[in-house]
Amino acid sequence: MILPWLILIPFIGGLLCWQGERFGATLPRWIALLTMVLLFGLGLWLWATGDYSLAPAPGADPRWAAEFQLQWIERFGISVHLALDGLSVLMISLTGLLGVLSVLCSWKEIQNRVGFFHLNLMWILGGVVGVFLAVDLFLFFFFWEMMLVPMYFLIALWGHSGSDGKSRIYAATKFFIYTQASGLIMLVAILGLVFVHFDQTGVLTFNYADLLRTEMAPGTEYLLMLGFFIAFAVKFPVVPFHSWLPDAHAQAPTAGSVDLAGILLKTAAYGMLRFALPLFPNASAEFAPIAMGLGVFAVVYGALLSFAQTDIKRLVAYSSVSHMGFVLIAIYSGSQIALQGAVVQMLAHGLSAAALFILCGQLYERLHTRDMREMGGVWARMPWLPGVSLFFAAAALGLPGTGNFVGEFLILLGSFRNAPLITVLAATGLVFGSVYSLIMIHRAYFGPAKAEGAVQGLKPRELGMVLGLAALLILLGVYPQPVLDTSAASMHGVQQWMSTALNQLASTR
Amino acid sequence: MQSQAVEFTLQHFIALLPLLVTSATIIVVMLAIAWKRHHSWTFGLSVIGLNLALLSILPALKVAPIEVTPLLQVDNFACYYMALVLAATLACVTLSHAYLGGESGKGYPGNREELYLLMLLAAAGGLVLVSAQHLASLFIGLELLSLPTYGLVAYAFFNKRSLEGGLKYMVLSAAGSAFLLFGMALLYADAGTLSFAGIGAILAPAAQPGPLVQLGMGMMLVALAFKLSLVPFHLWTPDVYEGAPAPVAAFLATASKVAVFAVLLRLFQLSPAAASPALHDLLALIAVASILFGNLLALLQSNLKRLLGYSSIAHFGYLLVALIASEGMALEAVSVYLATYVLTTLGAFGVVTLMSTPYNGRDCDALYEYRGLFWRRPYLTAVLTVMMLSLAGIPLTAGFIGKFYIITVGVQAELWWLLGALVLGSAIGVFYYLRVMVTLFMVEPNLRRHDAPFNWGQRAGGIMLLLVALLAFVLGVYPQPLLDLVQHAGLAGLMR
Repeated sequence: MILPWLILIPFIGGLLCWQGERFGATLPRWIALLTMVLLFGLGLWLWATGDYSLAPAPGADPRWAAEFQLQWIERFGISVHLALDGLSVLMISLTGLLGVLSVLCSWKEIQNRVGFFHLNLMWILGGVVGVFLAVDLFLFFFFWEMMLVPMYFLIALWGHSGSDGKSRIYAATKFFIYTQASGLIMLVAILGLVFVHFDQTGVLTFNYADLLRTEMAPGTEYLLMLGFFIAFAVKFPVVPFHSWLPDAHAQAPTAGSVDLAGILLKTAAYGMLRFALPLFPNASAEFAPIAMGLGVFAVVYGALLSFAQTDIKRLVAYSSVSHMGFVLIAIYSGSQIALQGAVVQMLAHGLSAAALFILCGQLYERLHTRDMREMGGVWARMPWLPGVSLFFAAAALGLPGTGNFVGEFLILLGSFRNAPLITVLAATGLVFGSVYSLIMIHRAYFGPAKAEGAVQGLKPRELGMVLGLAALLILLGVYPQPVLDTSAASMHGVQQWMSTALNQLASTR
Repeated sequence: MQSQAVEFTLQHFIALLPLLVTSATIIVVMLAIAWKRHHSWTFGLSVIGLNLALLSILPALKVAPIEVTPLLQVDNFACYYMALVLAATLACVTLSHAYLGGESGKGYPGNREELYLLMLLAAAGGLVLVSAQHLASLFIGLELLSLPTYGLVAYAFFNKRSLEGGLKYMVLSAAGSAFLLFGMALLYADAGTLSFAGIGAILAPAAQPGPLVQLGMGMMLVALAFKLSLVPFHLWTPDVYEGAPAPVAAFLATASKVAVFAVLLRLFQLSPAAASPALHDLLALIAVASILFGNLLALLQSNLKRLLGYSSIAHFGYLLVALIASEGMALEAVSVYLATYVLTTLGAFGVVTLMSTPYNGRDCDALYEYRGLFWRRPYLTAVLTVMMLSLAGIPLTAGFIGKFYIITVGVQAELWWLLGALVLGSAIGVFYYLRVMVTLFMVEPNLRRHDAPFNWGQRAGGIMLLLVALLAFVLGVYPQPLLDLVQHAGLAGLMR
């Protein structure tokens, strides 16, 4: 019974925030903070108490650590069907944590329409939690599309105008159209799958467990898989579909960037692991070389573009493209180690990208620019912030001791057996990663100072946020075992689907 | 046909009750106006009459399906669409009352009462149309629906745009009627009968309908496409929507279109000749053109009423996808989609109406007048936001359920090209719906011409609007009641 509450808490909290604005601007902040702490707490509690050796695997009905089902639209066999396994609980905990942080980092940044801002923020997170829990394809799509609207508002109403004259509404609209159109393609694919299943069994259902048993002709399977892949690829973002991301990031308020990089991108990876691979294993196996190729391309291309940016938030945004490329390679590698690495990488990237965006936000509040050409010499002018930035930049380039290293190392290690060439190429991304990370630090913090005078230092709230994230990142780097244990069963299931299909493919060729 | 004795029992009377009650209301309202002009009384009488007509659908359902003269067929299908037409009319009448203004002081300067009369007349035409099963009743219904509408569009005749819109609509509508009659004549020449079923039965044996039938059907299609403002017969739509007083535009976009689409659907169902390959392709072409042109042209609009006009063109393009599929859930999908469409469009035009309330020369329909509305009228903005999201088909709103149905039907019938157009059209559509939405939340400008009255929420029009928005939200979250209704109305199994 706790699963629907995970979704309802942010939604109700958001409404309270909206109405709470009548009693002053501080009340919504506290309500939002409490809501998120509650969500985070529930996530951790579920993590601590659940049995995560239960996860869906091929050949049997999916088993879940927790499940909830309620009839919804009987006409189509749609139910509110929520389920939890190791992968989802990790993602929900990450959502809760980043939710707390995004409320905290907006504490001073957002000064107008505070209640409405937090309404949007809470509803995004509610929608994301819904995506991580839904195992009814209609419900999944429902949440997938629903979280776009508050995100749109967040960027369009509280965003910054871009450095090259692009307005925030342009960025928000671009984000919305990319994801909405690709989402509709996924809806067509979902319905295609449902009707293939209907033709076989005469049962109209959107239930994950039932649809897993659908048998498809290879051509059909490939097309339907592509429908899903396109929707996930846009959100991921995989390179030809990525151009909304830097715009959205550059224009979004800090909390928006944190949610976008930290959680929204992860919904795409989650969708692939939960839906695209298990539902269409054969087509995915056939598609794997292309997907991994796209992943490598994203790694290198993202890194190169990141290097070329002058806007510090766009730099971090492109680095996300690069980092998520590793995750894409891992997902399609069909190796348990790489898949485990992908989970760690998702968490680590969530933490490090969130921290970098928070730092960018703090820098922007002080210098009122995101253009690195106008920064420089900040190291001498303020304590803490440059140092902490250096730490997260190092984390982003995959320094041993941080979670990112564990993630990238596991991904490369796991993928090497099946796809040595791809892995070698992807490994160059690490080199490029160090180049753009260090150049960011160099341009922003070192060099001749562009202005005189000390910059206001970090407040305890701001420092607490980033130091907390740093601690978590190190913890993930030196002791990732709890995370690996939690996701092991889920990833094992995915790996079995994929490797069976890969073996079949290999034997037919 | 002539030899058939026309029997008329109590059952037939009961089946005709909605139409009879509406007609009686028309006469009562007319007499009341002749006796003494009083705005609120006229409004009250119209509302009571429409409510009674709505209620009388319940006994009519008991005796359905029944053939009342060869002209009309009162079945579940007809009853469902009667309810939709009557409810839409009721909403438009309520909006008109707010729009025309109170008893004294500001408001519409001319005679206010006849607007209700004309609207009721048009509604009666709609009722005939949705139960028509004969080309004669189709024509009678269509004209009864159209003629009062000319008057309605030009109701604010001292406003140049309104008058222009009315004239334009009349001329083009007359041309459409000519097409319709010519098409009917050609059809009759080949089939020798005017009833839908008869035409279907006579033409069914022929695998390929003759050129005369195809031409006749094509011409009828042109006329109906004109009423539904499908591309390329859409040119009147934006001008008429812009010129017409807001509640009238709402009526045009909802009740009038629903009735015409219902009769088109029945024609398709009963006369397989309509599904000949050539016409099929023609329809597909019209659908794709409507979706793409409707959405693309809407991008350029800075006037909310014109924008809604173009958006309604696109929406009927989506609906055609279901009509072309004509199998599986198509009928159900059309019913659900029309219900959600009516709800949404009423809501959107309702907001425009209330913003222009009371009437003062021109409607508040320029997009810039809505800038920052959220900070002045938050709930009214919430209504419009829900409507825009619903038109764009975003989850949590009724529009999503409608679009979901259409896509379902498209996938089921494997109409991939049309689905492609639909996805593309939706993506374009999102752009301008979002533009309207974000305008509402932007920083308030200093100049301000119109605003809804402060107490809009406590008046009949405002309450109706809030209910519409609530319904659009509730149906988006929990559509099962609507789907049950549509299914139990027996609409699910009717299609081939």
